[in-house]
Amino acid sequence: MADSFNFELVSPERLLLSAQVTEVVIPATEGEMTVMANHAPTMTTVKPGVVTVRTADGKTDRFAVFGGFADILPTGCTLLAESAVHVDELDRTVLENRIDEARAELEGAIDEKKTRIEQFIAELTTLGEIVIPA
Amino acid sequence: MPSLKDLKNRIASVKATQKITKAMKMVAAAKLRRAQEAAEAARPYSQRMAAVLANIAEAVGADDSAPRLMTGTGRDDTHLLVVCTAERGLCGGFNSQIARFARDHVRKLLAQGKTVKIICVGKKGFDILRREFASLIIDRVDLREIKKIGFENADRIGHKVIELFEKGEFDVCTLFYSEFKSVISQVPTAQQLIPASAGTVAAEADSASAIYEYEPDAAAILTDLIPRNISVQIFRALLENVAGEMGAKMSAMDNATRNAGEMINKLTLNYNRQRQAQITKELIEIISGAEAL
Repeated sequence: MADSFNFELVSPERLLLSAQVTEVVIPATEGEMTVMANHAPTMTTVKPGVVTVRTADGKTDRFAVFGGFADILPTGCTLLAESAVHVDELDRTVLENRIDEARAELEGAIDEKKTRIEQFIAELTTLGEIVIPA
Repeated sequence: MPSLKDLKNRIASVKATQKITKAMKMVAAAKLRRAQEAAEAARPYSQRMAAVLANIAEAVGADDSAPRLMTGTGRDDTHLLVVCTAERGLCGGFNSQIARFARDHVRKLLAQGKTVKIICVGKKGFDILRREFASLIIDRVDLREIKKIGFENADRIGHKVIELFEKGEFDVCTLFYSEFKSVISQVPTAQQLIPASAGTVAAEADSASAIYEYEPDAAAILTDLIPRNISVQIFRALLENVAGEMGAKMSAMDNATRNAGEMINKLTLNYNRQRQAQITKELIEIISGAEAL
C-alpha cells in the first residue's frame, strides 16, 4: 500500500478535514494534480473544482472548493480554500447564487478582470456539471 | 416619603427589569460560546495563512516585483482607519472603548498634519465617531441584518479597502477592533493592514526552510494571496469583536442583575419597615381610643 500523509482542508470558517490520506487530487490553476506522499515542496493556487481525497483506510471523499491555494510538503499537504463544502452538502441553489453573484460582478468589469470573471463562471459551471447530476 | 403603594410598585418594576437583564445575560452567554467556537474554528486558517505568507514573502524577498499592497506606496500622508464595533449597545464600555481608542489615534494623526479617512463597521462606532469626525467618515458597513458573520462579509470589506488603495485614496490602512482576552477583558487593538507590517510576517518566517516550487510563480501567488490575507485579517477581527461584545454584554448584564437584586432588598426592607410603622400606629390609635372610654 502507498504511504500515507497528513492532509488538511481548511476554510476561513472551519477546519473541514484533517486526516491521513494516501492520495489527493487538487484542481490547481495550471491543471489537476495528484499529490501523494513525499511530494516535492510545492505551492500552488487552486481554481474552483473538486478535491478528491483517498483516505488511508481506502475510502474516497470529495469536496467542492471555490478557489484558494495549496501548500504541499513531503510530510503533508494543506489546502486553504476560500470556501469549501463536502460534495454531499452542496446543492444547486448555492452554486447558482455564486454564479449569479459573479455575473453581477461581470457588469462593468473591464479587460483582464472581465476575462478572469468569465473564466471563474465557466469553472463554476463545470463544477456544477461534475458534482450535481442534472 | 413614598407611600406603601409606591414602594410596592417600584419593587415590582425592579423585579421585572431584573428578569430582563437575567435573560439577556443568559442569551449573551449562549452567544458567547458560539462566537468563541467560531473564532476557534477560524484560527487554523489564519495561522496557516500567516505561515505561507511568510514563506513566500521570503522567497520573493525585497524584490521590486513585490506587490504594492505589501510594500505600500512609500508615503504615509493619508491614513485609512477601519473601525470595527458592535451593532448593539447594552454591553458596558465595549463600544466606547474601541471608539475612544480610535479617536485618540485620529487626533494624533491630525495633529501630525496627516489626512484621515474612516470606514465604520458597525452602527455604534459610527454613532460615536460621527459626533466629532463626521466629515472624515467615507463609508460605513452595516452588519445588523447578519446573524452569523461569514467570510463573505469580511471579504466584501476587504475588497472595498483594496479598491480604495488601488485608486490611491490612502497610503496606510489600520484596522481597529477589540481583542478578546477573556470574558471580562477585551483590549482595543490597532493592527496595520497595508502595507503588511514586516513585524508580523518576519515573526513566523523561521519555519520557512523548504525550497518550494511555485505554480504559477511566486510573485503571482503573492499577488493572489495578499488581498486574501487582508480579508482574513478583517474576518478574524470581526469574530474577535463578536466574542468580545458578547463577553462584555454578559458581564454588564450580570452587574445589572446584581444591582437590581440589591435594590430589591433595600426596597423590601423599606417596605416592611413602613408596613410595621403603620401597624404600630393603628394599634396606638385603637388603644388610646379604648383608654379614652
